[in-house]
Parts: sequence; C-alpha cells; structure tokens
Amino acid sequence: MKLDSKIPGGPIQNKWTEHRFNMKLVNPANKRKFRVIVVGSGLAGGAAAATLGELGYNVDCFCFQDSARRAHSIAAQGGINAAKNYPNDGDSIWRLFYDTVKGGDYRAREANVYRLAEISSNIIDTCVAQGVPFAREYGGLLDNRSFGGAQVSRTFYARGQTGQQLLIGAYQALSRQVSKGSVTMHTRTELQEIVVVDGHARGIITRNLVTGKLTRHAADAVLLCTGGYGNVFYLSTNAMGSNVTAAVKAWKKGAGFANPCYTQIHPTCIPVSSEHQSKLTLMSESLRYDGRVWVPKKKGDTRAPNVIPEDERDYYLERRYPSFGNLVPRDVASRAAKERCDAGYGVGSTGLAVYLDFSDAIDRLGEDAVRARYGNLFHMYEKITAENPYKVPMKIFPAVHYTMGGLWVDYELQTTVPGLFALGECNFSDHGANRLGASALMQGLADGYFVAPYTVGHYLAQHGSMGASGKVTTDHPAFAESENALRDRIDRLMNINGSQSVESFHKRLGKIMWDECGMARDKSGLRGAIEDIQALQKEFWSDVCVPGSKDGCNPELDKAGRVADFLEFGELMCRDALMREESCGGHFRKEHQTEDGEARRDDDNYAFAGVWEYQGDGDGDEPSLHKENLEFEHVKLTTRSYK
Amino acid sequence: MKLSLHVWRQANSNEAGRMDQITATDITEDMSFLEMLDKVNEDLICEGKEPIAFDHDCREGICGMCSLMINGVAHGPESGTTTCQLHMRSFRDGDAIYIEPWRSRAFPVIRDLMVDRSSFDRVMQAGGYISVNTGNAQDANALPIKKADADAAFDAAACIGCGACVASCPNGSAMLFVAAKVNHLGRLPQGQPERSERVKKMVDAMDAEGFGACSNHYECEAVCPKDIPADTIARMNRDHLKASLCD
Ligand SMILES: Cc1cc2nc3c(=O)[nH]c(=O)nc-3n(C[C@H](O)[C@H](O)[C@H](O)COP(=O)(O)OP(=O)(O)OC[C@H]3O[C@@H](n4cnc5c(N)ncnc54)[C@H](O)[C@@H]3O)c2cc1C
Ligand code: FES
Repeated sequence: MKLDSKIPGGPIQNKWTEHRFNMKLVNPANKRKFRVIVVGSGLAGGAAAATLGELGYNVDCFCFQDSARRAHSIAAQGGINAAKNYPNDGDSIWRLFYDTVKGGDYRAREANVYRLAEISSNIIDTCVAQGVPFAREYGGLLDNRSFGGAQVSRTFYARGQTGQQLLIGAYQALSRQVSKGSVTMHTRTELQEIVVVDGHARGIITRNLVTGKLTRHAADAVLLCTGGYGNVFYLSTNAMGSNVTAAVKAWKKGAGFANPCYTQIHPTCIPVSSEHQSKLTLMSESLRYDGRVWVPKKKGDTRAPNVIPEDERDYYLERRYPSFGNLVPRDVASRAAKERCDAGYGVGSTGLAVYLDFSDAIDRLGEDAVRARYGNLFHMYEKITAENPYKVPMKIFPAVHYTMGGLWVDYELQTTVPGLFALGECNFSDHGANRLGASALMQGLADGYFVAPYTVGHYLAQHGSMGASGKVTTDHPAFAESENALRDRIDRLMNINGSQSVESFHKRLGKIMWDECGMARDKSGLRGAIEDIQALQKEFWSDVCVPGSKDGCNPELDKAGRVADFLEFGELMCRDALMREESCGGHFRKEHQTEDGEARRDDDNYAFAGVWEYQGDGDGDEPSLHKENLEFEHVKLTTRSYK
Repeated sequence: MKLSLHVWRQANSNEAGRMDQITATDITEDMSFLEMLDKVNEDLICEGKEPIAFDHDCREGICGMCSLMINGVAHGPESGTTTCQLHMRSFRDGDAIYIEPWRSRAFPVIRDLMVDRSSFDRVMQAGGYISVNTGNAQDANALPIKKADADAAFDAAACIGCGACVASCPNGSAMLFVAAKVNHLGRLPQGQPERSERVKKMVDAMDAEGFGACSNHYECEAVCPKDIPADTIARMNRDHLKASLCD
C-alpha cells in the first residue's frame, strides 16, 4: 500500500487555490455521462450528492433510514465553526487552522486543516442562502457563541438544533436535484459490498431493507459518507443505526484505515441508568460554562448532594486545572471524571457519575437567566431522569461521542483505492487525535459542498468511463463475485440458528471496548481485549440467532451484519491502540502519563498517521501498518497544558 | 412492571394484519418506551418468535424516525414528546397498552409498526427548497434578517417530519407538515422569489399523494412533538389563496 498524500507544493495559503486550478475539469456536456455513487445522506453525503447533481453528474445516493433527512447529522446540537470574524474578536483563517491543529494534539495534516479553515466562511454563506435559520441578533445579523478549545466566538448556531437545520438545508438542496432527475435517492438501502475492477472502485452491492433484494450498482466513482463508528462501544451518543459496515467493506477491498483508536469521549452525557439502556444522550458542552463539576470528598458518600456542605465537596477540575477550571477540553474533563469514579468517589446508584451543579449560577444570575440559556437542555434532562436540575445537581458521565479515525484519504479525499472517496466523519482527515466542538459539521459540509465536487471531477476526467479503463457495467464478473460473497454471508448468518441474540453480542463487544479501549488503555488490557474479541467473534459465527427470513424486511438481519463488522473492527481498534505507545488527544495510554496523570505525547516516534492494510481473514493473518509522517511547518509542537 | 401489550403485527404490505397480545415482563420505570420494546423483542427472540419491527434511529427526539400510536395517541400520552423520549414511568404496573402503526392512505404499512413515509419526501421534492446552487452565495451578513422573522422561520423549521400530524388527523391531512416548510421558507427574504410557486406545487403534490384536506380538527397541533401550532396552516392557506388569485 502506497500512501501518497498528494499535498500540493507552495505556501500553505495558496495550496488549495493552485490545486483547484491544476485539477482537470470535465466538459459540461460530458458530465451527465458519468455516474457517481454517494453512500450516505448526512451533511457530507447530502451536500456532495446535491452539489454533484447541480454540476450535471448522474448521482445515486443511498441511506439506510427511510428518508435522507434522518441521517445522524440531524442530532448535532451545539453549532458550526467558521472563521468569519464577525464579532471582530481577532479570529482569522490562520487562527482557526492553528486552534484545530493544536486541539487535535498535533496529529492532523496541516494542509487539509488549513483548507478546512479557508472554506469555512463559504459554508455559512451557502447555508444562509439555502434558508438555514441561524440565530440572529436584534440588528438582523448573525449571532456567534464560543465553544471549547477557542478564545474567540466563531460558532454559528440554530438554537440547540444546528445539525438539524444544516441537514435540512442539504436535504432541500438534494430534494431539488431529485426533482430535476440528476439525483436518484435510494432510501432504506444499505451498502453491503464495494466492487473494485482493475484496481478502481466501480460500484457497490446493496440490500434493500424492505424487500431484502440485493442489487448491483455500477458507477465511475464511489463516495462513502457513512458517518462514524462510535457504536462499536454499543452505548454512545450515536443513533442506533450508525455503523462501520461501509468503512470495513472498503478496508477489505484495499482502502487503508487510519488511526482507528482515536475516539472522542464527551464529558457531559446523562449516565447509564440500567442494563437495558440502548443509547446515551449528550448534554451540550455549553453547560460547563455555568455549571461546576464536583464529587464528595468522602469515599462512598451516599448523602443527597444538597446536604453535603461546601467544604466536603471536591471541585476536582478547579482543583487540578486552576486556570481553565471547568472549561478544560473534552478529553481532559472526561479522564478526570473517570479518575474520581475509579477511585470510589462517584455518585448515583452506580457510582459512575459526577455532579454538574448550577446552584452558584442560579444564585448569581437567577433561575430565569439560567432557564433562558439552558432551558431546553434542562427540560431534556428532566424528561430522561425525572429529576429537576434547577433544584438538584445534574448527574453526568463521559460517553463515546465521535470517532476521529476513519478511512485514510489523500488531499483529494481519495482513499488508497482509486475512485473510492471518503467524506465527513468516515474519513480520518482533519481532527487529529481530538476534535474541537463545532468542527465536525464544518468538516462534513466542507468535504461535501466544496472539496469533493472538484476532486471527484478531477478523477473522472482522468479515469472515469471515458478514460482508460473503459465503461464498466454490472455484468462484469467482479459484480457477480461480490454479490455471491454477500449472498453467502447472509446465508451463513441466517443458517447459524444459534441461541444468543445479536444484541447480546453487541453488548458484550461494547463492554470489552469500553473497559479496555475506552478512556484509558494499557498494553495488557489491549492484548486481552484482542483475544476476547476474537473469541467473541467465533462465538458469534457459531451461536448467533437471527430470526425471520432474508427475503423481506428483517431488522435483526440488518443488525447482525452490522454487529459482525463491529466485531471485526473492534479488534483493529485495539491493535491500533496497542501500537501507539504514547498518549495523545482521545488516546490515553496509562503507561504514558506524567506524574500528575497528564497525557504524554511522543513526537519523535509517533508523529504519524497509523494506516492499517487488510491482509485476509485466515487464522495467522494480521493487518499491516503503514505510516504517513506528519510534518509541521506552521504550527509548533508544544505540550497542551490547562493547569 | 408487567404490562399487557396489544401490538399490530403485519408480515408485509400485502398481507392482512392483526392485533396480538404480548406480555411484557420486568419493565422498569427508567426504561424508555422503545427500550421496553427492545426488552420484549429480546424475550421474543429467546422464545424463537419474530421480534416486533418498529422504526427508530436517534432516540433523542430529533430524527423523526420513530412513530407509534400508543393507546390511540400519536407518540403517546406526554405532550411535546416523541415516542423515543417517552419513558415507562408514564405507565403503571398491569396497564394494557395498545400499540399501532401510523394509519393513513399515504403511509402504507411495511411491516408491523413500520410505515412508508416516502410521500413526505416527494412533497418536499415538489418545491420545499430555495433554488440556489452551491457556491453562488453572497456574504451571509449582506442580508440582515429581522430577528423576529428568523425566529418565526425557525419555529416552523423545527418540524422533524415524523408524520404524527397525518396519523392523528381524521382526514389524514398533511397540512401541518407542508405548512411548516412553506412558513419556514416563506418567512425569510431568501424564500420570496419562489414563494407563490412553492406553495402551489407543494399543495398539489400533497393532494396527489392521497393526503386528505384540513377541516380544523387541530389534532395535528395536539400531537406535534415540536409544538408547531395549527395557525401555521392558516398562514399557508393565505399564501395559497394569494398565489392562486395571482394566476
Ligand atoms: C449527539 C451529537 C451531537 C453533536 N453535536 C455536534 C456539534 O454541535 N457540532 C459539530 O460540529 N459536530 C457535532 N457532532 C458530530 C457531527 O454531528 C457528526 O460528526 C457529523 O454530523 C457526521 O456527518 P456525516 O455526514 O459524516 O455522517 P452522518 O450524518 O452520520 O450520515 C451517515 C449517512 O450514511 C448512511 N449510511 C451509513 N452506513 C451506510 C450503509 N452501509 N449503507 C447505506 N447508507 C449508509 C446513513 O444512512 C446516513 O445517511 C455531534 C454528534 C452527535 C452524535
Ligand atoms: S428515534 Fe429519532 S425522533 Fe425518535
């Protein structure tokens, strides 16, 4: 596997402009002769499909939900960053670039991040033109708020539903193209195989989730915009259907997978309440601006929070990080909560929670002011927990939220398989080892609206059906081969007739991942986890029970396929975490910490993206590691400190 | 808690369905309604039976994928709540709960509690957008918008497209859904050039899909999980009338 990042030469400020000029264009009359597959209708996929349709390509867009509008981007709450500098507080493209590289703990590619910052402003313009109702000030201009990891206000928002509004914007643009006939939308349809012909991605095999029918789709290029893989942990803030299937299929067809172990654990989520819990709910990061985090000073203190006197409370973030206090970045806040709970100071019935207390803010500002700021979040919290956070401190605990790892892509968002592109959360590109708040929405839309439409055209101009490889149709033997492999796998799943439900395997995998590859990892734990996952995988393939039939609608079968892929992927994550002998961003290795428990990076040996190549399913087969060395010309590597 | 569920079971859109009685055991108050169904499904699978199919994804009340008529009320007894946000503490030990799919001509049943809502997508495709291509925009702040207008547009744009309005309307009308989009875009300056065309096209598409007309029952408003008010429909009617008269 060759990793050619294709970073253009020249000064960083000119790279994208010059590269755009150097890329080949497709003659407008020829565009409709090209067929492009876009898998995913979230911010990345919806934006890419709409824009490619506008340009005149023939687009087929797929999602597993019943409508493109339901992609998980819809759930994003907080906001989207852009270097507009509307508040005149000193923001710039350069500062957004710098903050993102630093926030990512120096594990991202500078050129990509710079481009992201450069494009960020165009995104806001485009969204406003589409009718996205961003928050405004009384003068009629756009309002901004500040978010973690930045000292400027650059976050645009639409109440607590920014993701929803941005996605509806993209969905509307997509709907317009559907009505014009340039985009064909395939809902309740799941990609289950990728077809590669002569080394180029030339199509996919899908399963219709209503009829069970397998269908071949040929195209000149395939774009994966399938989101993140947080559900490998079973419990996460992701939607129930979020999965890693498309990325795993791509990996098995030769696409390198980069940094799978980089996961973001968000510090403020509603804690797990029972073993039947199916998902976790995020409480926006913004709450930490007015809430104070604490646990009792006494171990196992079961008194109600309100009767614990002030001097018997440990405001541990303020104690450990006097200068940033409750506002330390996500990774730091999450680990600190875990440390207290592991040491026996956690609260609630499970001991796996800490308090987020608003009583000071309520005393200072009054309940009405607090309600104006956080009313909808308090309401959501009360709905789920039946506790009133105006009277009793919230209980929170960290939860899996976002995955920085993903398919390796070059500067053009192309994976190591020519013609196969990856956009949005499913690629690894811009956030290094830790993502800053409000940057995922920005990246998904940048990739979809402004990067892929050019770079895909560049690829098509050289290698599309008009190019050297000739027109590929679904009659090509590679399609039959992929379809048969998929049919066999489905039959295998249906014929095991075992005794354990798919869900029970997913839960067990999640527990292994959370315990050994979660907030803190070490060598022996990871080694054990790899063995445990391999054993679980064997058990799955011999004892899983998938009821119903493969012909027709069968949600258990859908889930079985996804869990089978999570099992395989979980092992890869643990391998990556084991390989990375350092702590950086969301990846914390217990062996690599300072005396006071802070992460210790190793820039001499680990300033690279770790890219894994699939080597087969046989017993002795192990994925091999490739490295893309990261060079930092513009941002100086320093230790992040929040003391 | 132990509950007696009466659940609509239907193998596919071609076969007739029926209500089945299923007993749910070991249900706790802090489970969500869908977690209760998860538990029931796990038990069914253990007994070698087929689990109940239902739609869901985000489980946070925002994607609009979950549905369910619960004891005859779309999204169940709590107001301003989707089914996925409903918790079992709203029920008592021994309760009988009737669970049915959205019922409407324009939403055929796919299986059990899952329905096909693609008619909503087609109504949107008829005109629920602003015709602007990516890359054509001016600076976002070049167009100031009154805060009140932006807020009103947002209130309408909060629609999650779940279809509760249709399911609870005696006429199976989609007026609240369509009006929400018409108002979202019609309140904004960017939406003006196509305002008349949009409302006409969307209403035509709505009729073509087999949704009924509105006769002011206001059931839609009562069940809307995002509290979109019925006067949104009145505003759309005004737009529609104006657009028709100008023809
Ligand atoms: C609760 C929550 C809050 C968040 N808040 C913020 C925030 O405030 N700001 C921010 O910047 N980021 C936020 N994020 C992160 C951000 O929302 C996501 O990273 C981003 O929206 C991902 O977009 P996407 O287009 O890559 O993927 P998604 O929106 O997840 O879309 C994936 C698409 O792929 C489809 N798909 C997947 N697999 C298949 C398959 N095999 N076959 C067919 N289709 C498939 C799905 O149907 C879907 O259409 C938040 C995330 C969560 C979970
Ligand atoms: S599952 Fe998304 S709104 Fe209920």
